[in-house]
Amino acid sequence: MWYKFSAKWMESKMRKLLSLMLLGSVLVLGACSHKPPVKDAGAGASSQVPAAGAQSNGAGGNSAAGGAGVTGGDDVAGPQEGILAQRNIYFAFDSSELSADGMALIAAHSKYLVGHSNLHVRLEGNTDERGSREYNIGLGERRAQAVRRAMLLQGVAEVQLSTVSYGAEHPAVEGHDEAAWSKNRRVMINYVQ
Amino acid sequence: MWCAALLWLLVLPATALAQLKIEITSGVTDPIPVAIVPFANTVGANNGVDVAQIIQNDLEGSGRFKAMARSAMTATPSRAQDVQIASWKSAGNDYVVVGRVTPLAAGQVAVDFELLNALTGQQLANPRFTGTAAALRDAAHRCSDVIYEKVLGIRGAFATRIAYVSVDGSPPSQRYQLVVADADGVNSRIILESRQPVMSPAWSPDGQWLAYVSFENKRASIYVQQVSSGERRLVSGRVGINGAPAWSPDGHRLLVTLGGSAGNPNLYVLDLSTQKLTRLTEGPAIDTEGAWAPDGQSVYFTSDRSGGPQIYQIGLAPGAKPRRITFGGSYNARPRLSPDGMQLAMVTQDGANYRIAVQDLASGTVRILSHGRLDASPSFAPNGAMIIFSGIEGGHSILQRVSVDGQTSQRLRADSADVREPVWAPFTHP
Repeated sequence: MWYKFSAKWMESKMRKLLSLMLLGSVLVLGACSHKPPVKDAGAGASSQVPAAGAQSNGAGGNSAAGGAGVTGGDDVAGPQEGILAQRNIYFAFDSSELSADGMALIAAHSKYLVGHSNLHVRLEGNTDERGSREYNIGLGERRAQAVRRAMLLQGVAEVQLSTVSYGAEHPAVEGHDEAAWSKNRRVMINYVQ
Repeated sequence: MWCAALLWLLVLPATALAQLKIEITSGVTDPIPVAIVPFANTVGANNGVDVAQIIQNDLEGSGRFKAMARSAMTATPSRAQDVQIASWKSAGNDYVVVGRVTPLAAGQVAVDFELLNALTGQQLANPRFTGTAAALRDAAHRCSDVIYEKVLGIRGAFATRIAYVSVDGSPPSQRYQLVVADADGVNSRIILESRQPVMSPAWSPDGQWLAYVSFENKRASIYVQQVSSGERRLVSGRVGINGAPAWSPDGHRLLVTLGGSAGNPNLYVLDLSTQKLTRLTEGPAIDTEGAWAPDGQSVYFTSDRSGGPQIYQIGLAPGAKPRRITFGGSYNARPRLSPDGMQLAMVTQDGANYRIAVQDLASGTVRILSHGRLDASPSFAPNGAMIIFSGIEGGHSILQRVSVDGQTSQRLRADSADVREPVWAPFTHP
């Protein structure tokens, strides 16, 4: 008797349908803040892509980044005492060598991270705009790795550290001269959840 | 690590988009005089498309032609048999173009024109292009292609497209857009928009797909996206750098740069159907910006294995050793091969400036083609005659084009946004 649905079966179907409708309207509402998606075929696709990817794609970018800027909504303030309020380690052109100032800042953050093993930082490597973009991605990564290695040497656990290179794509300041470039050649220590 | 066939249709946003405007910055000293007579039009509105004007803009924009002013024309014939060739010749023209747009069945239109040699009266071409009225602009560019080829002996690249990255807003709240437009900057549309960086667009050899790097997940991932449908696929979202995608000439593989957890960028070939990954380079140097030789047998790339960035070539066979290609100066990066594989375009440091240079691969001779402070991202036109690149001017990033002979150049400027990383699409017409 295929048409004899059990009440329980119907209820579960209805509940599923309602939740789908609700989900659908949430998706549409969320997306409409920018523009309506043609279709979200991402559902059921590989789980290797974080849902945030589909959202930022579907809604035309992750506007949740807000004041935290480029690195987005999962950033946390992190320690603010003394030197720990400083988050940028600066570099010379085409170099990933750590300066004395850079080493001092790394030492301070390393000490803090050793004492707070639940915290995680993302080391974001950046370059100035000169030269070619993908080479700069490589250079930014090299800078981030230099900071990572220095932190590991000072006892920070591997699991507390990750790296990303933005190359020249995420300048801290605008401008096309050394004043701007020197501020953009940096690794940013970004406390994340 | 590989993520198979993640597919969804993208939003094709209606966000306002800065239109590019072409300005000629230098042309040849003796441009060829041509009269492009307004086309007869029995179709009607044509979406405001003035075919003869588009042809004129294309030809003049190339820096190699000078068009007769319409106000100086004493007649407006639309067929070869109605042309009084002597009067066009005495007005100083070497060539005359006359044509017409006529309606066909089912909403199609035809564009016919004749190219006449004003000195001999000889008819050099009279092609017909048909399509929808919406495709009239493309038909006009195809007319320009024919005229360019008949007069100069080089296939025109007017009926092609470009892709580029547009960025507006100030740090830390920039908006990044991946844009596709006709080669003249018109008909632009956004195919991806993000608050996180988008970079390194690369066309598939059939001109239907773009590969690019997006940081939308707060780390670099490589996607391929079909331009017409918006359908896209994540092809590499591995740990560390996923960068510099370049399609193989057969369209089946993608050359990519992967950094891994140790952050050591190397070149790999990713088979797009099997997802098999083959490592091409080794070692602690930055190896990136791979570019295929047109024969698909080797790739060129940037490496700092000798200290600073230089360009190397490596074969695809297992165990192949890289060969250094550039020796002049301390910074040579971002290789791109001409369609015939004979010339290498790159970014080179020239004093305190970064400029676009072309190296003749047979002789090793290097010529610097651009004049900016921070020129970057060279990309050859599919006819090999022009290079499009980005540069900084007036504090903004703009697109520029230069002919490979260095004689002509143009700017493509957006009103407010920074535009960069232009990539010229391959030919898609037969």
